[in-house]
Amino acid sequence: MTAMRTITYREAVREALREAMARDERVFLMGEDVGRYGGAYACSKGLIEEFGEERVRDTPLSEAGFTGAGIGAALGGMRPIVEIMTVNFSLLALDQIVNTAATLRHMSGGQMSVPLVIRMATGAGRQLAAQHSHSLECWFAHVPGLRVVSPATVADARGMLWTALEDPDPVVIFEHAALYNDEGEVSAEGDLARDLDRAAVRRSGEDVSIITYSGSLKKALTAADTLSAEGIDSEVIDLRSIRPLDNETILTSVAKTKRAVIVDEGWRTGGLSAEIAARISELRFYDLDAPVERVCSVEVPIPYPRHLETAATPQPDGIMTAVHRTLRR
Amino acid sequence: MSDFKMPSLGADMDAGTLVEWLKQPGDKLGKGDVIAVVETQKGAIEIEVFHDAVMGVHLVEPGERVTVGTTIARLDDGEIEEPEHEAAAPPSALPATETLAPAAVAHIRKPEEERLKITPAARKRAEEMGIDLQIVSPDAAGVIGLAELEAAAKGQTPILTRTKAGIDPVEMRRAIAAAMARSKREIPHYYVSSDLDVTALMTWLEGENRKRPVAERLLYAVPLIRALCLSLAKTPELNGIHEGDVFRPDEAVHAGIAVSMRGGGLIAPAILNADTLDLDVLRKALADLVQRVRAGRLKSSEMTSATVTISNLGEKTADMLMPVIYPPQVAIIGCGQIRETARFKSGAWQARRVMTVTVAADHRVSDGRIAARFLNDAQRQLDHPEKL
Repeated sequence: MTAMRTITYREAVREALREAMARDERVFLMGEDVGRYGGAYACSKGLIEEFGEERVRDTPLSEAGFTGAGIGAALGGMRPIVEIMTVNFSLLALDQIVNTAATLRHMSGGQMSVPLVIRMATGAGRQLAAQHSHSLECWFAHVPGLRVVSPATVADARGMLWTALEDPDPVVIFEHAALYNDEGEVSAEGDLARDLDRAAVRRSGEDVSIITYSGSLKKALTAADTLSAEGIDSEVIDLRSIRPLDNETILTSVAKTKRAVIVDEGWRTGGLSAEIAARISELRFYDLDAPVERVCSVEVPIPYPRHLETAATPQPDGIMTAVHRTLRR
Repeated sequence: MSDFKMPSLGADMDAGTLVEWLKQPGDKLGKGDVIAVVETQKGAIEIEVFHDAVMGVHLVEPGERVTVGTTIARLDDGEIEEPEHEAAAPPSALPATETLAPAAVAHIRKPEEERLKITPAARKRAEEMGIDLQIVSPDAAGVIGLAELEAAAKGQTPILTRTKAGIDPVEMRRAIAAAMARSKREIPHYYVSSDLDVTALMTWLEGENRKRPVAERLLYAVPLIRALCLSLAKTPELNGIHEGDVFRPDEAVHAGIAVSMRGGGLIAPAILNADTLDLDVLRKALADLVQRVRAGRLKSSEMTSATVTISNLGEKTADMLMPVIYPPQVAIIGCGQIRETARFKSGAWQARRVMTVTVAADHRVSDGRIAARFLNDAQRQLDHPEKL
């Protein structure tokens, strides 16, 4: 059996950054406060001392500017990692990401590629209020030309970055801000890279498929544990990749359990949960034994006060209620 | 296009043999048209279509035996083209967009019934198992899912194999055995009897029949059934369907009339909305029904829609019977022969004609008090035959 060690999600991200820069000299990190300050979430702490100002670059407060610079560097043969502090701020860089990074391969007839990795924090749970707490992953998942992944475990946070850097096209990695302090196991040795393609069955079960990703995974697992005491056997699926979606894993599970509960910290209207529910009804309609349920964030800007922030986002209780509804209990 | 499936013609039917097609590909079909004859354990049953359509292709040949739920024909139920010269033909009133098969069976039983909420998984599984979803009891919210289907499947009788065409007395006896054994296994029967005084009825009937031409004379069964149906309409606890743990009373009284068959066997096809038929309509319906039972030609709707059964022994038989409920109904009314007796009435002994009427009812749904109330109401109806 492989020896394991326990690290935090933050340490996993930092290790992955260090490994990438050590393995490939074309890799560099840039973003707001990633250098001297060590990153808004301290993911790059110590890296500027280790790799120098050339490879760990503090940028001006201009998401459009430094994301565009990253695209240019990628076109020039580098392997840039651009850190955007939170997904809310990435809206300033949307033009660069959607109109440039995602399109150039297609518009150049395959002559150009943009091997850019953009990392950003997402999600609520740290009382950072509406302008720092939203979950807008689905905006990026909408765009052809991008690959969008969302590590929900320490091992994925550790292993997805290298695989993303090897992709010849732009990859957006969403790190949930509420996960940075969580601990988890990674292998003590060997190649830690993880695929970006497949959803993972985090818990196997027969009665209902709880489909989720990112910061909601642990809430879904908590709900599943409580439900198992009632004799309800939940399967929990971690999407991992939100563009493309791994239809096969989702649909195989739903075909087995015949019930689906989608947990998405994004809003319900026009969200990722809607896309998944649509695919289930398009492709597994005849297997359903209950309407598809969705547990999403309340349609308000995420509130600052702790109790309201908790009430506005998916929690284990709400997930359990949705599971009960699918089972008509 | 829609699928027309082998309907279930009773709780104990799992399969049927197609005897003949009465409509050919291209034939225009109207709601209620008989399109095929199917042989069941209870004889040949005429299968009706429940919306306007055009016969597409036959998928089953005469002589083939298929399980309930199997698609036996495809109907073209899109726009029915009316040739211009047939100006007199009424336009198709129903656009007929719903899928026919399971819904059609629902319509057989209760045209006014709301659409069942059947989950896609349950619908698919029922098709695979050949189970008629209409015999499956929904949950409290009206939903039929896999759980409800499985519960119903456990209560089903096994598929019987048959080799001979025509009414097979052995098969019929087996079908009766299955239904009656299920009834006695599942239904906690209770029985309430009264000797109903039919003197007024018989006196009135003799006078009435003297006025009528021979062909239109009434058997006493006609006003008797009418009286019982009027009382049943006031007693919802005896009139309806009990499936799973749910009793659904029916607003209409679809009276199953037990008819014994020549050569043995018994069948109880329904007279639909019997409580709304006046004596002459009821007389014709009854004569038609008995004739078609003897000829082995019944309609599918008559086989599945009864909400209660009346078993009338008739003349020169016996004084009393304790009948067995036909599931999923919840009551059966047994009528003995009319006999003359002496009753002490208004301070004197009088010659009266009486009939022992016994209500066998499902104790899960009603109590003896209900049956007693029903019998008292029936006596009031019988005391005023001129109002029937």
